[in-house]
Amino acid sequence: MAKVEFDVPEIKEFVEVPKIKDGAMAHSSPFVAKPDHQKALGFPGELVENWEDVAIGKMGDLLGKYRSFRVFLDICVKCGACTDKCHYYLGTSDPKNMPVARQDLLRRVYRRYFTLAGKWFPKLVGAVDLNKEVLDEWYTYYHQCSQCRRCSVFCPYGIDTAEISMAAREILDSVGVGQKYCNEIIGKVYKIGNNLGLPEPALLDTLEGLEEDIEDETGVTVKLPLDQEGADILLVTPSADFFAEPHVDGLMGYAKVFHAAGASWTLSSYASEAGNFGMFIGSYQNMREISQRIRKAALDLGVKRIVFGECGHAWRIAYSFLNTLAGPFDFLDKNYPVPQHICEYTYDLIQKGAIKLDKEANDDMVVTYHDSCNVARATRMGDKPGGQFSIPREVIKASCNHFYDMKRDTIHEETFCCGGGGGLLTDDLLELRVKGAYPRMDALRKVVEEHGVTHMAAICAICKSQFSKVYPYYGFTLDQIVSLHQLVSNAIVLKDEQ
Amino acid sequence: MILSSLFALLFLFAVAVLVLGTAYKIKQYINVPAPLKIPTTPAPTTKSGVVWRLFREVVFFESLFKSTKWTWIFSWIFHMSMFVVLARHIRYFNEPVWSWVALIQPFGIYAGFTMIIGMLGLLARRIFVDRVKYISSPSDYIMLLLILSIGATGLLMKFVEHTDIVTFKAFIQGIITFNWQPLPTDPLLLVHLMLVIILMIIFPFSKLLHAPGIFFSPTRNQVDNPREQRHIAKWAEKFETSDGQ
Repeated sequence: MAKVEFDVPEIKEFVEVPKIKDGAMAHSSPFVAKPDHQKALGFPGELVENWEDVAIGKMGDLLGKYRSFRVFLDICVKCGACTDKCHYYLGTSDPKNMPVARQDLLRRVYRRYFTLAGKWFPKLVGAVDLNKEVLDEWYTYYHQCSQCRRCSVFCPYGIDTAEISMAAREILDSVGVGQKYCNEIIGKVYKIGNNLGLPEPALLDTLEGLEEDIEDETGVTVKLPLDQEGADILLVTPSADFFAEPHVDGLMGYAKVFHAAGASWTLSSYASEAGNFGMFIGSYQNMREISQRIRKAALDLGVKRIVFGECGHAWRIAYSFLNTLAGPFDFLDKNYPVPQHICEYTYDLIQKGAIKLDKEANDDMVVTYHDSCNVARATRMGDKPGGQFSIPREVIKASCNHFYDMKRDTIHEETFCCGGGGGLLTDDLLELRVKGAYPRMDALRKVVEEHGVTHMAAICAICKSQFSKVYPYYGFTLDQIVSLHQLVSNAIVLKDEQ
Repeated sequence: MILSSLFALLFLFAVAVLVLGTAYKIKQYINVPAPLKIPTTPAPTTKSGVVWRLFREVVFFESLFKSTKWTWIFSWIFHMSMFVVLARHIRYFNEPVWSWVALIQPFGIYAGFTMIIGMLGLLARRIFVDRVKYISSPSDYIMLLLILSIGATGLLMKFVEHTDIVTFKAFIQGIITFNWQPLPTDPLLLVHLMLVIILMIIFPFSKLLHAPGIFFSPTRNQVDNPREQRHIAKWAEKFETSDGQ
C-alpha cells in the first residue's frame, strides 16, 4: 500500500467536537472522470465552454423537479443543529464539512440566481456569483459527503444534505466534471452487468469455487445457481460478495440459508449487481436504467420473488425506489414484499423454526453490529418502523451467544457512517476515509474495552470494504469485520439433500 | 394624518406582500414534485402517523431536541413565547375581544420577556460558538436583531413609555374597516410598527420560510410505504413509455 501522509485522529475518552480549521481538507478531491467515462453515461466529456449557463440551467431544472432541493435551499435557518453531526467534520475539523456549510456552497449560488434577496443584496444574505473557484469547491466538498443522512435526523426541518450533494454532483456531471470512481463503475454495469466488471464466465467459475469451498467445509453440497430459469427467488447482491473478504462469507451464508430452507433460487449474470451508483451521482435516469436490469432479469428468469443481499445503498434503492424506478412488480408473488432483504428472509425462517442455528459455532467471537447509514435512515425491514434495527440484531442474536451494542448515540438512526459510502470508496480519497471513520472507530474501541468485543458485523458491501481498509489505522485487524450472514453461515445446521 | 395614512398604507402593503408572497412560495412547493420516497427513517407507515410526526416537530421541535439541548431550549422558548405574544396582539384586531384573548393578556407580558431571553440565547450561540458563527451571514444577525428590537420596543411601551392603545386600536380597526383613524405618534410605537412591517415584507423572501416550509419537507412529511404503493412523479412518467413498458 502506498504511504499517505496524514494524521490519524486520536481516540480519546470522549468524542470531542473539534474547533474549526478552515481549509483543513481543501486539498482532498477525487480523480476527475475521463471523457470516455462521462460519455458512456450521457454526460459531456469535459468542462463545456458555457459551463456557467449550463450549471445554472441545470440547477433551475432540478429546482423544478425535486421538492426536497427547492425546499431545503429555502428554509435553512442556520441554527447550527447539524454542525457537529457529520463524521467528516468530526474527523477533519474542516468547517465546510459541517452539513449546513456544505449545503451553503450551493445555497449561496442559488440565492444569487434564483432569489430576490440574493439578486439585490448578495452580501447581506451571503450570495455569490458562480465562478471556477466555486465550481472547484463544489467538486471538492460534495465529494466529502457520503450521503449518509445523519444530519437530516437532527435538522429541525429534516434538511437532508444527501439531496443537496446528489444535486451538486448532477450539476457537475452536466457541465462535464464527473467523478472517475462512480462514473467508470456505472459504465461497467452497462457494459458487463456489475460494478466490478465480472463477466459471466468468471462469475460462473467463482460460484463453482464457492460450492466446492462449502462442500469441503461442511461435507454438504450447497448450490449457487446462476441464470436458472424458473427458479422461485432471484437473489440480487453486490458484486463484491463474489470475491471480496469478508463479503464472500456472507454470500456463502445466503446460499446455506436458501439450501436449508429448501428454496429454489438463482443469481443473474445480467443483474449481477445490487449496487446502483446512479444514486450517488444524483442521476434519476442512470439510477433507473440500472434498476431496470433487475426487472428484466426477474422477467427473463420467470422468478416469483426478489431478495437483496447485504448492501446498504442498494437496499435503499431496492426498498425505497425500486417500485418507482422499475415497478410495478405485479408479475411477482404478492404474498411477499417486493423486494425483500436477505435479513428479512432469514429472520422469517428463524421465526418459523424452518432453519436451525447452533450459536456455539460462533463462541470464539464477541460481536457488535454496525448499522449502515442507508439501511438505518432511508429504509425499513419488516412491517414496523425500526425493523431495520431489530431484524438484523435478532438474526445475529440467533446466531451467536455474545452480542453487545455500541453506544446509543452511535447506532440505530444515529449511526455513524463507515466513512466510505456515497461513492467515496476510492483510494484517491483515502485520507478522507480514514478520518471519516473516526467516530465509528471510537465507538467500536469503547465496546472492545468494555465488553471484549472481537468482531463487528455489517450488512453493507461498502462498509465491509471500508472497514477492512481503515481498521489498521486504528489498531484493529482486517478479520475483525464480518458479514452478518457469515455469522449465520457459521451457525447454520445443514442437512444433505432435503 | 399624513403619518397615519403612510403607516396604514405601509401596513396594508406589508400584509399583502406577506400573504401573497407566502402563498406564492407555498404554491411553488406544492407544484414541485418529490419524485422519490425519501422519509428519514424510522418513519410512520400511515398518514395519521405522519401528522403526528409533524405535530411533534412543529410543537416540540423534536429533532432539534435530539440534536442540541441549548439551541432547543432557547429556540423553543422564543417561538412559544412569540406565539403567546402574537395572540396577545389579537385584541387590537377584534372587537369585542374574544374571552381567551382577554384571558392570556397577563401571560403575554411574561412571554414578552421570555421571548427576548430566548433570542438573546440564540444570538449568544451565533456569536460565541465558532461553528455557528462560521455559518452565519449578516442577514442571520439582522433577523435576530430585528425581532429583538420588536420585542424590546413592545416591552418598553408596556413598562416605560405608555402609548395610547385606545387610539391605536381605533387606528387598526380603521384600517380593517377602511375608515382611517389617526395613529398615536409616540416614537416607540412608530419604530415598533415599522420593524413589524419590515419583518412581514421580508418573510416570503427569507429563511423565515422555514415556518411553512417544514410542512413540505419530504424527509418529514412522507409516509414510509414504498413497497406497498408505487410512487411516481409526472416528469418521470415519460421514461416509462420510452422503453415500452
